[in-house]
Amino acid sequence: MVFVSGHRRGTVESAMTTSIPRRFTARTQAALAVERLAAQASRRLGRGSGEMIGGKLALRVSPGALAEVGSHRRTACVSGTNGKTTTTRLLARALGTLGPVKSNSGGANMAPGVLAALSRPPFDAAAALEVDEIWLPKVAHEISPRVVLLLNISRDQLDRSNETRRIASMWRELGAELRDTTVVANVDDPLVAWAAGGWHRQVWVSAGQNWTADAMVCPQCARLLHRNEAGWWSECGLARPEPIVAVTGQREILWYGRTISARLDLPGRVNLGNAAMAAAAARELGVEVEAALAAMAGLGDVQGRYQEVALGEQGRRGRLLLAKNPAGWVEMMELLADAPPRPVVIDFNSQTADGRDPSWIWDVPFERLAGRQVLVTGGRKEDMSVRLAYAEVPHSVHASAEDAAQAANEKVVDVVANYTAFRDLLVRSSR
Amino acid sequence: MRRGSATRIALIYPELLGTYGDGGNAIVLEQRLRWRGLPAEVVNVPAGSPVPDSCDIYLLGGGEDAPQVLAADGIRQNRAIVRAVGSGAAVLAVCAGYQVIGATFPSGGEIHEGLNLVDIETRRSFAPPETPPPGRAVGDIVVEPDPRLHLPTLYGYENHAGRTRRLPGAGGFPLGVVRRGIGDGEGGGSDGGGGGTDGIVDGRVVGTYLHGPVLAQNPALADLLLTWIHGDLPPLEAPQEAQVLREARRRALAGS
Repeated sequence: MVFVSGHRRGTVESAMTTSIPRRFTARTQAALAVERLAAQASRRLGRGSGEMIGGKLALRVSPGALAEVGSHRRTACVSGTNGKTTTTRLLARALGTLGPVKSNSGGANMAPGVLAALSRPPFDAAAALEVDEIWLPKVAHEISPRVVLLLNISRDQLDRSNETRRIASMWRELGAELRDTTVVANVDDPLVAWAAGGWHRQVWVSAGQNWTADAMVCPQCARLLHRNEAGWWSECGLARPEPIVAVTGQREILWYGRTISARLDLPGRVNLGNAAMAAAAARELGVEVEAALAAMAGLGDVQGRYQEVALGEQGRRGRLLLAKNPAGWVEMMELLADAPPRPVVIDFNSQTADGRDPSWIWDVPFERLAGRQVLVTGGRKEDMSVRLAYAEVPHSVHASAEDAAQAANEKVVDVVANYTAFRDLLVRSSR
Repeated sequence: MRRGSATRIALIYPELLGTYGDGGNAIVLEQRLRWRGLPAEVVNVPAGSPVPDSCDIYLLGGGEDAPQVLAADGIRQNRAIVRAVGSGAAVLAVCAGYQVIGATFPSGGEIHEGLNLVDIETRRSFAPPETPPPGRAVGDIVVEPDPRLHLPTLYGYENHAGRTRRLPGAGGFPLGVVRRGIGDGEGGGSDGGGGGTDGIVDGRVVGTYLHGPVLAQNPALADLLLTWIHGDLPPLEAPQEAQVLREARRRALAGS
């Protein structure tokens, strides 16, 4: 119990005595107690939500803990390059119409985070779990989820060599081994459709794909894919499957042969696609679509995304938008175009969690920001500034997002930030 | 160069060789011409369509394994780039593209034939078979260019598993000496870096491992390519942002 100092012994005892079912092995019971203590200690010390550290320690105590707490319950895993957190939150809302739901809502999406989410009673609660693309096979093998949602695959953090084809191939192999799992897969992403083709049962959803540059080559035969309005296909026979659920308009979903209207508080067509995926998964777990969509409607922000926060002391405010790769930026461009043209603050870092190589910003059509006031900040503000200069988008450069907001022509701005920039902004604005 | 007609910049197979933002090199070249009042045209050459032999500058970027092989097959079959270089066109080939313009390169466990435009070969490793292959070269890279090029220090980012070397009797010369990073990987360090060289300059053909994109971080290299096509260019002050970026990179990478 290295994380708990002597005077906290009372906490140790209370944690040890809280109900942990006897059906778990002694090792796993101990692991769950350790998880709880570590998470409490971490929260007390102000080191975040404690999901990572608690889960890590628990897995060390009982490597089989994830399988024990995760199987024999209704679980769904959500994976993909973009939209994992939002889709998981939407799914958790839908499942919540049936009873208690567990979810790793803090964005801790590797095995420790998933374990932490499943470590508290009730141990038969349904679970909506966000899982990192690379970790999906490990986690899914352990917990044998009822449903897996595969959203999309595009370039992200290239310095980690996360080649898109490799991820698709891993997912395809995984599906062949999970005999009792249904995959809910986005037919508009050829890599996802190919990956899901190897599973035992599919629910095909047309959730859209507005970034096709990373899916030009057939994942099956490596020849060029053909595309038209109706979809995509390859000479080897691989083609877009016919979806049973599809986003057909700004507020409209085709659902098992009928058209239903869907209104969300979350902005953008991309989030309607996420909702369609979540609703299709919820259906597999027993939730009617009307109930699912009604539960999703009231969700207005996810982990600070789309949330309006104070920027600095001078009454300036910013709506926070996350864009951590080219596909994500294009989604945010569409979302910005849907709303009045506010000033845009771009907060751009290249720390390890962002991917160290900032070159990808040259694939983003920043020309589309022309006509707006654009303000730039972040650890790689100079790279972003050069990109904007070549896009002929006038802009100014600032030491911080707060400084940028202060220099804006309007009191409310849109802030588009990548991963660590977003995280830091959220921490600063919620102090 | 035909005065008055637009300089044609061919972006070769951006779907296959556009994984690492190298399409930005086309934007940089086009804008640096336009800002000088010179007409420019970026010719997108989608994979599967024939490469035209009438362009002035050919750009090849980085890509993943399977697309790299597909790209090599395409440009080898129609040889338009070789013909264009024969009549004075320039080439900038980065990373996978750099490997592809050489004699041979590895991909998916096999050795593939390249375009043979420059006398280099690439392998996973040139060390004896019993030594484990070196790790992937990933990170910031700084190259001191060959003095004959009259260029300032080159900054970029590299991300590749290959090691590249000149063939015996090869023409041209290395682009520069690696001050930080791996580059071609023939240096004295245990990882093959440190003091080795990066890239090749042979006539009007430039190959390098530098992403960034390399021309965005090193506008003088962009202007060198343009000078080869145009002769002397009017001076261009803008954009100041590029100088600020170079200064930021210099500070960030100093002392290593």
